[in-house]
Amino acid sequence: MNKLTDTLGRFGGVNLLPVALAAIAFVLIGAPSSWVTLTIAGLSMGMMVFLMASGLSLVFGLMDVMNFGHSAFISFGAFVAASVLAALGGWLDSDSILLACAALALALIAAIAFGLAAGLFFETVIIRPVYRDHLRQILITMGALIVSEQIILAVWGGTPVTVPRPSFLDGAWIIGDVSIEKYRIFAFGIGAVVFAGLLALLNRTRVGLLIRAGVENREMVESLGFKINRLFIGVFMLGSALAALGGAMWAGYETLITPALGGEMMIVVFIVVIIGGLGSIEGTLLGAIIVGLTANYIGYLAPKLALASNMLLMMAILMWRPSGLRPAVK
Amino acid sequence: MTLLSVKDMKANIDQYAVLHGISFDVPEGGVFVLLGRNGAGKTTTLRAIMGLWQPSAGSVTFQGQVIAGMGTADIARKGIAYVPENMGIFGGLTVEENLILATAKGKFDKQRLQRIYDLFPAIEKFWTKQAWSLSGGQKQMLAVARAIIEPRALILVDEPTKGLAPSIVAAMGEAFREIAQTTTILLVEQNFNFARSLGRDMAVIDDGRVVHSGSMVDFAADKALQGQLLGLSA
Repeated sequence: MNKLTDTLGRFGGVNLLPVALAAIAFVLIGAPSSWVTLTIAGLSMGMMVFLMASGLSLVFGLMDVMNFGHSAFISFGAFVAASVLAALGGWLDSDSILLACAALALALIAAIAFGLAAGLFFETVIIRPVYRDHLRQILITMGALIVSEQIILAVWGGTPVTVPRPSFLDGAWIIGDVSIEKYRIFAFGIGAVVFAGLLALLNRTRVGLLIRAGVENREMVESLGFKINRLFIGVFMLGSALAALGGAMWAGYETLITPALGGEMMIVVFIVVIIGGLGSIEGTLLGAIIVGLTANYIGYLAPKLALASNMLLMMAILMWRPSGLRPAVK
Repeated sequence: MTLLSVKDMKANIDQYAVLHGISFDVPEGGVFVLLGRNGAGKTTTLRAIMGLWQPSAGSVTFQGQVIAGMGTADIARKGIAYVPENMGIFGGLTVEENLILATAKGKFDKQRLQRIYDLFPAIEKFWTKQAWSLSGGQKQMLAVARAIIEPRALILVDEPTKGLAPSIVAAMGEAFREIAQTTTILLVEQNFNFARSLGRDMAVIDDGRVVHSGSMVDFAADKALQGQLLGLSA
């Protein structure tokens, strides 16, 4: 196993896993056009899952908080964005791309703003009293999740809600035999921009330096004179906002959402965080891309295995690397 | 003049009482050494002073101001730096990032940085390396450098020689001697020869209490007392 790890390391390490996965899938699928479509679908799904998972990974890594209520931010983000888009239906239906873009931007901004506010409330009221107590964290965040789902049911009802989508993101580009959905490219682009922004934040700012240091050793950060609680609030709000943005993007992708959306995505989100390595943004992206590609390839090659594929993937990766693919140094 | 005064400090870890009333005064300037056997309460004493574990009773006064009960960050901002036993360096950060994080404004004072380069040439050599890739001795140098990158009144250092090669221990000794000319050091140490070479004043902790305090010169001369309190053979 060590030999395999060393060999991989010489050729780019675990970062090459998605490439290897795509190459194997190319051989197994046989049809290049299907492979391209599935690969783009997998990358775009991975980026949306990355948005949802990145905040959870940072919260896990920095704050040592097991927040099972994270999926509530995903659900709320989806429903808030859907409501804003529905309210601005006239803008979406107009011929002006500018108006449609404005409606979409407002929906995403509303989801992010809600995520920030909900994150502030969640951290100060629900999480803070149970720091350093994992059992209580699980219980109280699960409870908060149930309450959140009931609030969504009360506000938006139990029937599936249709999410209007700007017309310029509907349909697909057809290049030869390859069909590329426009929304998937858009979702990939948003995910890439957020990833680049997070990398810049973490690697080029003092706050980012503090977050990276805090993920490794909170006590030492405090011993250097920094109040870690302020950092906790900021990171929690950022994580909640990213989850809400991910939920909003996913809502636009699915176009029909239910209050169970967050809960359904949460299993995938946890798998991504665990296989990526806690507290690592690069690891989360890598895990999300691998999960997205695997789900799409297996869904095509062996549909009956689709549900189990991510679990099997997690088991395989954890047997190889128990701390995940790219954990933050501890 | 007393810089740090600890009076009847008690501390618990979970349900276990670890410190049963520690009292000692650290004078300004030089190195004050806390000695004691394994499990005596030396590390707990440093952590309690630093606010990492809150004392359950007693008082800690620094520069005449009560700091017991304050948060760790506030205590650090008073001018106390901490070098823990495990060094506490951030392995995923570069040497430069480890140091810049410890600066007050995110900028290096060139003179202080040069002083660090002079004390620990390895810091300059491995400036862009991630800290996890350093050797044990280099990590310890980085931990100490981080404590002095800003002006501090007091540095708490927990067993800095643990697991280090003799040549590195000697280099650390030289560095501490230089640092102690401008900054007071409260040193916890089990290596008695190292402690003796640096310390001006000292206290011995046993079972969560100070059982002896005085000058290092006197203690070093009393082999019987060393044997009784530290288990050192005469």
